Amino acid sequence: MTLLEVRDLTVTFPTPRGPLDAVRSLDLDLEPGGALGIVGESGSGKSMTSLAIMGLLPRAARRTGSVRLTGQDLATLSEAELRRVRGDRVAMVFQDPLSSLNPYYTVGLQIEEAYRAHRPGTTRRVARRVAVEALERVHIRDAARRVHHYPHQFSGGMRQRVMIAMALCTEPELLIADEPTTALDVTVQAQILDLLQEIRRETGTGLVLITHDLAVVSEVTEHLVVMKDGRCVERGTVEQVFTDPRHPYTRALLAAVPRIDDEIGELRAVRATDPTTDPTTDGARA
Amino acid sequence: MPRFLLTRAGSGLVVLLLVCLFTFVVFFALSPDPAVQICGKNCTPAVIDQIRGNLGLDQPFWTQFAQFVAGIFVGRTYGDGAGAVHCAAPCLGYSFQSSQAVWDMIVQRLPVSATIAVGAAVLWLLAGLLGGLLSAVKEGTFLDRFTTGLTLTSMSIPNYVLALVLQYVLVVQLRWLPFPQAVRFADDPGQWFASFVMPWIVLAVGYAAAYTRLTRANVLDVLRENYVRTAHAKGLPPSLVWRRHALRPALTPVVTIFGMDFAGLLGGALITETVFGINGVGKMAADSIARNDQPVIMGVTLLAGFLVVVGNVVVDVVYTAIDPRVRVNA
Amino acid sequence: MTSPTDLTTAQPVEAGTDDTPQAPAAAAAGAPRAGGGGTWHALRRDAGAMLSLGYVVLVTLAAVLAPVLTAVSGWTPYAFDQSAIDPNLGGMPIGPWGGVSAEHWLGVEPGSGRDIFARIVYGARVSMAIALSATALTTVLGVSLGLVAGYFGGRVDLVISRVMDFLMAFPALIFMIAVLSALPASNRSALLVVVISVFGWPYLARIVRGQTMSLAQREFVEAARAAGAGGTRIVFREILPNLRSTIIVMATLAVPGYIGTEAGLSFLGVGVVPPAPSWGQMIAASVKWYAVDPAYFVFPGACLFLLVLSFTVLGDRLRAVVDAQEGR
Repeated sequence: MTLLEVRDLTVTFPTPRGPLDAVRSLDLDLEPGGALGIVGESGSGKSMTSLAIMGLLPRAARRTGSVRLTGQDLATLSEAELRRVRGDRVAMVFQDPLSSLNPYYTVGLQIEEAYRAHRPGTTRRVARRVAVEALERVHIRDAARRVHHYPHQFSGGMRQRVMIAMALCTEPELLIADEPTTALDVTVQAQILDLLQEIRRETGTGLVLITHDLAVVSEVTEHLVVMKDGRCVERGTVEQVFTDPRHPYTRALLAAVPRIDDEIGELRAVRATDPTTDPTTDGARA
Repeated sequence: MPRFLLTRAGSGLVVLLLVCLFTFVVFFALSPDPAVQICGKNCTPAVIDQIRGNLGLDQPFWTQFAQFVAGIFVGRTYGDGAGAVHCAAPCLGYSFQSSQAVWDMIVQRLPVSATIAVGAAVLWLLAGLLGGLLSAVKEGTFLDRFTTGLTLTSMSIPNYVLALVLQYVLVVQLRWLPFPQAVRFADDPGQWFASFVMPWIVLAVGYAAAYTRLTRANVLDVLRENYVRTAHAKGLPPSLVWRRHALRPALTPVVTIFGMDFAGLLGGALITETVFGINGVGKMAADSIARNDQPVIMGVTLLAGFLVVVGNVVVDVVYTAIDPRVRVNA
Repeated sequence: MTSPTDLTTAQPVEAGTDDTPQAPAAAAAGAPRAGGGGTWHALRRDAGAMLSLGYVVLVTLAAVLAPVLTAVSGWTPYAFDQSAIDPNLGGMPIGPWGGVSAEHWLGVEPGSGRDIFARIVYGARVSMAIALSATALTTVLGVSLGLVAGYFGGRVDLVISRVMDFLMAFPALIFMIAVLSALPASNRSALLVVVISVFGWPYLARIVRGQTMSLAQREFVEAARAAGAGGTRIVFREILPNLRSTIIVMATLAVPGYIGTEAGLSFLGVGVVPPAPSWGQMIAASVKWYAVDPAYFVFPGACLFLLVLSFTVLGDRLRAVVDAQEGR
């Protein structure tokens, strides 16, 4: 059975100048253990898609269409039932790990509460052990001591590892990672992507990776969807899209990705890794 | 952490010394000669000179300042011989008009002022936090707009006008309350409450309004934080998201503001006590202004400075305990 | 998280016209903002703001035209009218509402028989003059010191910041009282302005400093610097205009505070010196009479409360409008 099946998903916001579609009749499919990349620049609706799947859209938003998790339509669930899905069967990792972790609590407590919310009756001792194991699984050294630390005592990459540990502690079937590497240094980006790959191999968790960076997608996922203005403009396997892009927008995005066989690849690589310029939007405008 | 506390206390002491110096300069350089005032109407230059000598007013500025500061720690004696008066440590000066050490005058009246201050603080914290929370939860509703209007009104009404209105309506017209008196709780709790309830309200109203606005804004800000979204994404029950992830970050800054406001209450007490005729430190200061009893004004100014500086240090200490970011960075 | 406004602005803003802070907001509004016209337009639709503005204008006119008004009403603020008070009742005004009559529009002072209307319009002069001068002085001090500290940084910033911290950690009200009570009574108004400003400027300077620091990093400032503009020129020509709305809002919100401070100080007897009228002083005098002659505190009290409220509401709405325009 398909792990995630999104059909005709539309997210609309009321604005003073009439309704605005953030996402327009989007279809997505993901097999259990599979990985899907959603690529687009900011404002393309990719983040709204992830929030719509989680049922975390802003109150003003209107959602139509269906989101099925192993055949069950999440739209028909009550808020309480949805809460049991969130964090347990579907977990999420956000872009900015510093602001996504509460500065007032130790990372241990924040992992524990995620676990205990879905495993009622768990003692603190057991939850603590789960937290330590979760941190160990994302390769945080000295995890037994680190659970007592606060988010600001971790580096950016380590924080994102904590976020991933927190998402994985309940062994979800689906992990949605929304720009998980955008706020990080280039070398750390690669480490986090490796970690996501490794986790997918070992746990069989399905992954939806949302990013503006085609290079990131090509490293982690098999399938990808390119979004622009809330619509899907291109879909296929990573190979198909990279070798034979159909939509001009995809070609523009691809032009920004560094390639070894490209004559000016080195030059572009510099630009693509420079954190001050946004390679995809540059490409899109060119 | 102890080192951080030491540095903090050290800088507090420096500020306190500066407050002292500042105050002293103002009274030393700008005010009319205290000796002339003490001397009174039937005065001769010889007597004035004698008073100057007794008080050390003929000494250079720094000597006088050193004597004053020393007096705070070890006490001092004004004049010598039969006319000498002793002012025990902590000597904040001596009021020749009321023949009393300023410190003693303050200590006598402090319980009354503290009663007003603590009661008002309880009142405004309750009203401010509840009002702000309610307003934030019901953002955009009629209740929210009503609360906003009420806070603007409350912030705008001068406390002495409010005091007169309350006193006229509740005491003179409706006779629900007696004229405020400095009754002690142990003597008559009912009378004590009836006496202090108006001063509490008057002193609290402006702060309650400010705290309502602050709490509302903080809660709304925190609800937009990414970590609140994370908490929802983890599937935490809404009550836990509120309690743990919204309220604590939203209310922590209130602690800072509260510490400072409470320490700075003496200014508000001045007006409140005067209007209600309650004989606390504030009214004493106001009366001293009218009588031009400078040692008392100076003493109260120093007390106010001391409270603010100590309040700042206490806030910093408390803050390190409740905000982990400060705790570890320090 | 992407908000709906981000979605609409994503295209136009990235088009490279982002040379002033207003640009994203203007793009979001769908039309460029012409100076302060947008602000005024938004405020005009706000009944509370317009009522407040109306009252402020009314009081200002009364203050400016005080001599004319008292000529019409027939009483100067200093004239005693023994016929309006009853010596057998300890100087109580004759007639209801504190002696309100065709002769004395708002009644008379108990004890002296001075005309309350005249004293209120002349008191408005004092209140407005002191509050507005203090606001002007505070703004000049706060803006210039904040700009200097924020733009030049380093040692200058360190010194200014320390002074600000010191002044803000100071028991300002008590100290103002102490200073004013120690100083000779001549020219109290000017003194009040100076004393209020000395303790008031850090609150504005702190905000200006912060905004200057972030503006100094912006492209258009970099561009001016690259074009060879000097520090002073950049500060006044490039940065200052961008702080306009902040300064206007802060100044508007400062006025009610200073009106209250002046009235409070006068209430405590260290403000405006009698016989010059001031609202705070009138209310202080009414404390002795409030039980028998409530009108004596109601009139100046209401004038004072409404003026403070009007400025507060005006500042609050102005801030809301400016915040919305800057897309916060």
